[in-house]
Amino acid sequence: MSNIAEACSILDIPSYRRTHLQALEDEAVHILREVAAERERPCLLFSGGKDSIVLLRLAEKAFRPARFPFPLMHVDTGHNFPEAIEYRDRRVVELGERLVVASVQASIDKGRVTEETGPRASRNRLQTTTLLDAIEEHQFDAAIGGARRDEERARAKERIFSHRDEFGQWDPKNQRPELWSLYNGRVRRGEHLRVFPLSNWTELDVWQYIEQEDIPLPSLYFAHRRDVFERDSMLYAVSPYVKLLPSERVISEIVRFRTVGDMTCTGAVRSDATTLAAVIAEVAAARLTERGATRADDKFTEASMEDRKREGYF
Amino acid sequence: MIDVTPHAEAAEPFGPGLAQDAELLRFTTAGSVDDGKSTLIGRLLYDTKTAFEDQLEHVEDVSRRRGDARVNLALLTDGLRAEREQGITIDVAYRYFSTRRRKFIIADTPGHVQYTRNMVTGASTANLAIILVDARHGLVEQSRRHAFIASLLRIPNVVFAVNKMDLVDWSEAAFRTIEEEFRSFATRLDLPHQTFIPMSALTGANVALRSAEMPWYEGPALLHHLETVPIARDLRPEDLRFPVQWVIRPQSAEHPDYRGYGGQVAGGVMRPGDEVLALPSGTITRITRIEQGGQPLEAAFPPMSVTVHLADNVDLSRGDFLCRPTNRPMMSQDLSARICWMSDRPLVARGRYALKHTTRWTRAIVDELLYGFDVNSGQRDWKATSLGPNGLGRVRIRTTTPLFYDTYADNRTTGSFILVDEATNATVAAGMLLGDPAFLSQA
Ligand SMILES: Nc1nc2c(ncn2[C@@H]2O[C@H](COP(=O)(O)OP(=O)(O)O)[C@@H](O)[C@H]2O)c(=O)[nH]1
Repeated sequence: MSNIAEACSILDIPSYRRTHLQALEDEAVHILREVAAERERPCLLFSGGKDSIVLLRLAEKAFRPARFPFPLMHVDTGHNFPEAIEYRDRRVVELGERLVVASVQASIDKGRVTEETGPRASRNRLQTTTLLDAIEEHQFDAAIGGARRDEERARAKERIFSHRDEFGQWDPKNQRPELWSLYNGRVRRGEHLRVFPLSNWTELDVWQYIEQEDIPLPSLYFAHRRDVFERDSMLYAVSPYVKLLPSERVISEIVRFRTVGDMTCTGAVRSDATTLAAVIAEVAAARLTERGATRADDKFTEASMEDRKREGYF
Repeated sequence: MIDVTPHAEAAEPFGPGLAQDAELLRFTTAGSVDDGKSTLIGRLLYDTKTAFEDQLEHVEDVSRRRGDARVNLALLTDGLRAEREQGITIDVAYRYFSTRRRKFIIADTPGHVQYTRNMVTGASTANLAIILVDARHGLVEQSRRHAFIASLLRIPNVVFAVNKMDLVDWSEAAFRTIEEEFRSFATRLDLPHQTFIPMSALTGANVALRSAEMPWYEGPALLHHLETVPIARDLRPEDLRFPVQWVIRPQSAEHPDYRGYGGQVAGGVMRPGDEVLALPSGTITRITRIEQGGQPLEAAFPPMSVTVHLADNVDLSRGDFLCRPTNRPMMSQDLSARICWMSDRPLVARGRYALKHTTRWTRAIVDELLYGFDVNSGQRDWKATSLGPNGLGRVRIRTTTPLFYDTYADNRTTGSFILVDEATNATVAAGMLLGDPAFLSQA
């Protein structure tokens, strides 16, 4: 509660004021209830990353004490941080909800996709096929994701209820106008929606909300000592999934992660922020976007995210 | 490093570090091409230190490649590839920045002639609109259109930003002439709170800080105004409006009898103990508890998303409505509305559509197009027989089930709707409800 609101309640003056976090929460809860009501088979994409962790808290606010009206789904590249997978499994048990795991390894084994090779190989791009296959297999007609518009240029104009055609593709030039809080949740058979309740949140909002709600996070988000190596002026975790180039050396550093994705392409930042308050101070003062700082996948071409989104990426 | 700004260091007090109890202000920006809208937004992001180094690096890079003399801050608001190629914005994009006092959401909409619908979209959620004019050109046709749309969508606060003051020698006379012209034009519109600010988005004058070049201007810099303008004006507690969105019934061993009505408050205030009327059943009951995340609340008001418990087991499901027994919304199947047409397939009289109003879908026929509006003059065109993309008009609509609604002038949530093409599922129109059509057609 804010100081002004507290002061008003003591003096018995109605304040009718919402803080930015409260207003963002109100909007996100409204969006979650809308997609649940308008679609028959939604799912919520849960990766063990902070944004989807916040989504789970918002889903609790929208639907508890009942169960969620949708299962959770994780697209598992097989190259995840073990800490994220542990967290995912623990959280699913605590919540008593159902988790569907869509595995990139299974897509590779079935020949749906071909594993990239070489030292820069990543399964990041392969996830799109696995995700779309899983949506089709389970006949999901909406996938709720934790993407935010502040993350990347191509996302800034994506709708909150974002339509995907029967090939899972996004057409940025032909989006449905989205007015007031009147979301159009209608799709034809075979099409689906991506729904983004955190569209209007920034990275800092997410962190402040985590603090306000006292939500536990995977340890990766806090400073810890880890074996890393430097590539393209970013730090990456040493893992069985990345081969070092001859010039690369393993070093031990105090780092934390700003996003949690695939071990092969999620960079670490040097940091001594071991508490939430310290992380928030760091985020507030940060001079790099979280993708710019830590996602190798977005660096390759200027329009890489836009290309992947058209294909059906998260 | 190319020169960006003389104001960067001075703007330090606005650096990020949003307080936890900061409020949220949504605003939209409108201007004709080249009035400096992108530069202004880039300037706001830059001066509030919301622009990140990698984004700045990127725009420096692009500016250098294009041979610009200085870093083009407009590129910070650059969107999709097609737009980068064409060098114009073509749709609504959302931007975020914050100061310690407030978080801001900008709905950035293009000023291009054919994009009325984008501004309508951006305006629909805005508490404030910034309308840019070039100080050299003054009020142009598009400025009138922007003011008209702001009035149509009932944006409570409008800022007229008279930009490029550096190109008119910071002249007070130039500014006052434009201000006068606007004020006299705006008397025909519904713009309750107007503010005029002379500025230069390029140099930053009167954007984040008051400018030294214009001592004659006594008002606030734009950012100060954005930080302090009242957000929730005119809340009338008795006008309770609560559309039921989702019924929570766990039916579990732990919660055998739990029944909560989830929804977002659309108007007024409700408290436990209040008597409420459930519509359409007409049952009067009492609120026993209001909660959010399992925690009880003393009061709920817009835009809170809450769960409400009632004393009696009334018949209430999604699309139904709670209000005070003495203060009911209108109820009708015959609606009168202003609409903005958004689709390339034109509106045809007798056309059938799906209509979404609050949490309710119904089917609707557009009975009659009474007249079209000329967006530039606000004049009515009584001969209009159809509306094309970006067309505005007044229609009569008949729905298959009654709606509980207010006029858009009274409530932007219970007074608005969208029309959806049933074949393509495309959203084809935005609608703003007017009063009783029978009454109005006599007037
Ligand atoms: N002299 C001057 N030029 C400006 C100002 N604001 C914008 N411009 C220039 O006007 C041109 C159009 O600006 P831009 O922001 O791209 O306009 P938009 O089309 O409204 O987004 C660019 O060359 C800007 O550098 C200003 O305040 N003073």
